[in-house]
Amino acid sequence: MQIPAPFDYARATTVNDALALLERHPDSRVVAGGHSLLPMMKLRLARPEWLIDINDLYELDFILREGDYLRVGAMTRHTTLLESPEIARLFPIITDAERVIADPIVRNRGTIGGSLCQADPAEDLSTCCVVLRAEAVIRGPGGERTVSMSEFHRGPYETAVAQNEILVEVRFPILPRSGSAYEKVERRVGDWAVVAAGAAVSLAEDGTIDDVAIGLTAAGIDRTITEAEAVLHGKKPTEGLFIEAGRIAAAASDPIADQRGPVDYKRHLADELTRRVLRHACARALEVRHTTTQEG
Amino acid sequence: MQISMTVNGEDITREIEPRVLLVHFIRDVLRLTGTHWGCDTSNCGTCVVLMDGLPVKSCTVLAAMADGHAITTVEGLATGAKLDPVQQGFMEEHGLQCGFCTPGMMLTARALLDRNPHPDDGEIREAISGQMCRCTGYATIVRSVKWAAEHPAAQETTGEEVTA
Repeated sequence: MQIPAPFDYARATTVNDALALLERHPDSRVVAGGHSLLPMMKLRLARPEWLIDINDLYELDFILREGDYLRVGAMTRHTTLLESPEIARLFPIITDAERVIADPIVRNRGTIGGSLCQADPAEDLSTCCVVLRAEAVIRGPGGERTVSMSEFHRGPYETAVAQNEILVEVRFPILPRSGSAYEKVERRVGDWAVVAAGAAVSLAEDGTIDDVAIGLTAAGIDRTITEAEAVLHGKKPTEGLFIEAGRIAAAASDPIADQRGPVDYKRHLADELTRRVLRHACARALEVRHTTTQEG
Repeated sequence: MQISMTVNGEDITREIEPRVLLVHFIRDVLRLTGTHWGCDTSNCGTCVVLMDGLPVKSCTVLAAMADGHAITTVEGLATGAKLDPVQQGFMEEHGLQCGFCTPGMMLTARALLDRNPHPDDGEIREAISGQMCRCTGYATIVRSVKWAAEHPAAQETTGEEVTA
């Protein structure tokens, strides 16, 4: 029987209440969906003295469009993201990823904030947020600060969120004529990725690629792959360019061999999946472009 | 710490240690052993119960986190002697073999049908994709849920008792 070591439990009623609890109890962890933290506590990989439950912070459960940003509250559950028509329209990469994150029952509990703060190197939403150039809003005793996703990620299981702070929101910039896609290869339903890839593109008015970001999950690289993006910049999307970008992304990846597969297989996936998500993201961007033209 | 919740329509209050998992609270404290306990790692789904109508894996939810919420276990599906259509469906279509996954499967099916009364095979398979049948009897489970969808007759009475 796996039972966590003893701890004290407090349920926060507001974000400020949660911050006060974190301040009062230095050896504490915040729990949202709990589907990463509780298993770690069962295995004694985490052993906080206090657990601060933020499931009552409904103020952090929202998806709101504000100007050129989509604001997503940290307590937004995976199921909510998966079922959001606004997310599907603006950031289909998130819908793609949510379909393959864990299983429908786990998705009822897990949250975007929890996934990002857990910062597992094989976690899917981190890649989505990086390629969408999202910003993380972190609140602490001194107020709010906003960091880019590259600043947010400090390495495996480490983020910019300090012990006395909480991730409250993720902000996604909305770009015109844009498309995005995510694809993951997993051994079985609900597993972590063997490797996954995500891409986001936005097109200029003449149909050339204005901005592009490519990211890989579980491939030993947590930044966007700028060297692969460089071959696409300013050009019209073509299959030849996708193949070239895939080759470069695979070379830039640094996967490790484990029970999910050997290095050469993972590199092969990085190559193939990069091509696929670029193809898909560009097709979606063109679709948006046509729809906009028709509407406008 | 003291926690209070509604379990199968009944208000309960108990004193527990914060580290007690919901599955053990249901089985060992409330003695509702219909909820099964399997992998302990939120993979197998045999411990699924409904929390405010949504299926959750009770091995990965603290009893303390269920404080103030409504829980439905397999014992809450039937109304007296009247089975929920899902239970009836599992009987009609031989949806259970060893029975270990059955309570969780039935609760997920109930939650699915509450939201989507006419799911197709793909939607049923997707809904139960976080649960394992160690007898591999998935085809009959899917048929059982379809049977329940086609025979919602008892739903008026069984659907109410969750919140009553």
